Amino acid sequence: MLEDKDRIFTNLYGLDGWELKSAQRRGDWDSTAAIIGKGRDWIIDEMKKSGLRGRGGAGFPTGLKWSFMPKESDGRPHYLVVNADESEPGTCKDREILRHDPQKLIEGCLIASFAMNAHVAYIYVRGEFIREREVLQAAVDEAYAAGLLGKNAAGSGWDFDLYVHHGAGAYICGEETALLESLEGKKGMPRLKPPFPANCGLYGAPTTVNNVESIAVAPTILRRGATWFAGLGRPNNTGTKIFSISGHVNNPCNVEEEMGIPLRELIDRHAGGVRGGWDNLLAVIPGGSSVPLLPKQICDDVLMDFDSLKAVQSGLGTAAVIVMDKSTDVIKAIARLSAFYKHESCGQCTPCREGTGWMWRVMERLVSGEAAVEEIDMLLDVTKRVEGHTICALGDAAAWPIQGLIRHFRGTIEERIADKRGVQVAAE
Amino acid sequence: MSVRRLAAQQPETFEFTPENKAWAEKQIAKYPAGKQASAIIPLFWQAQKQHDGWLPEPAIRYVATMLGMDYIRALEVATFYTMFNLSPMGEHYVQLCGTTPCWLRGADDLKEACRKHIGPEGQVSADGKFSWLEVECLGACANAPMVQINDYYFEDLDAARLEKIIADLRSGKTVDPGPQTGRRSSEPAGKLTSLTEPVTPVSFARESDDA
Repeated sequence: MLEDKDRIFTNLYGLDGWELKSAQRRGDWDSTAAIIGKGRDWIIDEMKKSGLRGRGGAGFPTGLKWSFMPKESDGRPHYLVVNADESEPGTCKDREILRHDPQKLIEGCLIASFAMNAHVAYIYVRGEFIREREVLQAAVDEAYAAGLLGKNAAGSGWDFDLYVHHGAGAYICGEETALLESLEGKKGMPRLKPPFPANCGLYGAPTTVNNVESIAVAPTILRRGATWFAGLGRPNNTGTKIFSISGHVNNPCNVEEEMGIPLRELIDRHAGGVRGGWDNLLAVIPGGSSVPLLPKQICDDVLMDFDSLKAVQSGLGTAAVIVMDKSTDVIKAIARLSAFYKHESCGQCTPCREGTGWMWRVMERLVSGEAAVEEIDMLLDVTKRVEGHTICALGDAAAWPIQGLIRHFRGTIEERIADKRGVQVAAE
Repeated sequence: MSVRRLAAQQPETFEFTPENKAWAEKQIAKYPAGKQASAIIPLFWQAQKQHDGWLPEPAIRYVATMLGMDYIRALEVATFYTMFNLSPMGEHYVQLCGTTPCWLRGADDLKEACRKHIGPEGQVSADGKFSWLEVECLGACANAPMVQINDYYFEDLDAARLEKIIADLRSGKTVDPGPQTGRRSSEPAGKLTSLTEPVTPVSFARESDDA
């Protein structure tokens, strides 16, 4: 179990103040200029050595991503854009960073921007986080007033401006290129890649988009050293992570834990256990709505990290753990996610625009049982035709929960159809 | 995708108040020269706030003109993003999260409470005070089920707690946003399982080994 001394987000619950003074007392902005003084290559190298993988869902190594930015500017400015468009169902961690520990994010923005030769960064906050945005803006204003942002930011010799931007209710803007489109004042429709943002991103200039948590942990990693961070968790799955635990547990919560913690220990230790006890568990969605669910027998001993969850055909995603006990209509739980993806599809690619609606309608029929057994395989086939055939991963994200359901609960679906048939036969 | 259309009844004109105009200029200054279109979402949002919680067609034109954008591009943005309300709303707009994490913890009961105490979904209540809509995940899943009323989140709800909030707002009383069960935020209820030790900051130790 992670000890408090190794926790990065020491004000996760807002028990202490978010203000600059409180944040500095907790260790933020300590020796920032000295860290920057070590130079670009040292920072990127340390980030690589730390093994940090992006905390927004895809798990791409952060240091490597930073290294993709051009070493020298060709005349175009460089940008860092922070993705605070937290909208993946089950995920509620970045909200706590924004409103309770904003200086960690702001300091991370300065260091990451310096490492990528950017003098300007934008933080794109989801539109609904209105209060969180206000706190973040106040924290940015405080940092400017204290000389931590602006000309010669924090005495580092680097000029740096940081702006808070916001969206207006579109899940798709969490996709990095849709986010850039939105930030440019357009509909949030994902761009074709290549070109990748590191070559042609915001306003056609080299840009890196990082998740809030990935940027907010950077200053602590650099202060304490890559070795410290890499010593936590497991190889290729290092460090700590904020887990959001929701659904049928006794005490839903956010908690920072070590990567690779057993799922059962995470739920029992921090969330007060599954409602009605572990044996009352039906299934868990371990990484936000986009990843396939896991039935109890896998949950019994699976570890919570990228590689362990991939090995059981799911994923760590955003580490949002959605727990379902035996009272759950699991078909309905997944059908509700299908409704979500149908609502949030941007409409650009036909397989996703049409497919999400089609999949949702069939899912609703499976919920009521008014379907033929053959439709289960037809639905599975359609999910495979959407998956991988769209510009962005929303199509995949809509397909995976259904594939997980059919993989692990085909019997439940068939039973419901048979029951419905039985009722109809009995009525005739 | 959701189909979103402009309301049939529209005001004649729209203009920012002088304060909002000055505020808008400051927003535009956040973006590089020639990239002022970036400010469209914040400006629409402010226009909506000024116009009783919904974005009328003249405001879309007004903001487009202000940002030097084609009107059609501004209209695309207004119809794409679901937080822009394209028709009149109640004074208190309840956005009820119905996505799976909230649904697992009783969002259906909250919907029933809204139907009973406000009326049909998507319509302004008879007294003009409320409207409600089921929306997608609002990102407060460890405090489910929850609703957003105007700018504020109300979390850890059940039907009775939501009914009381609606009744209090209806009678003009002030209500406390946030978790309704006494939790501070998203810590586990009851005893803390982490962050119980005093914080001991660790300093940057390698200032001298600049070899």
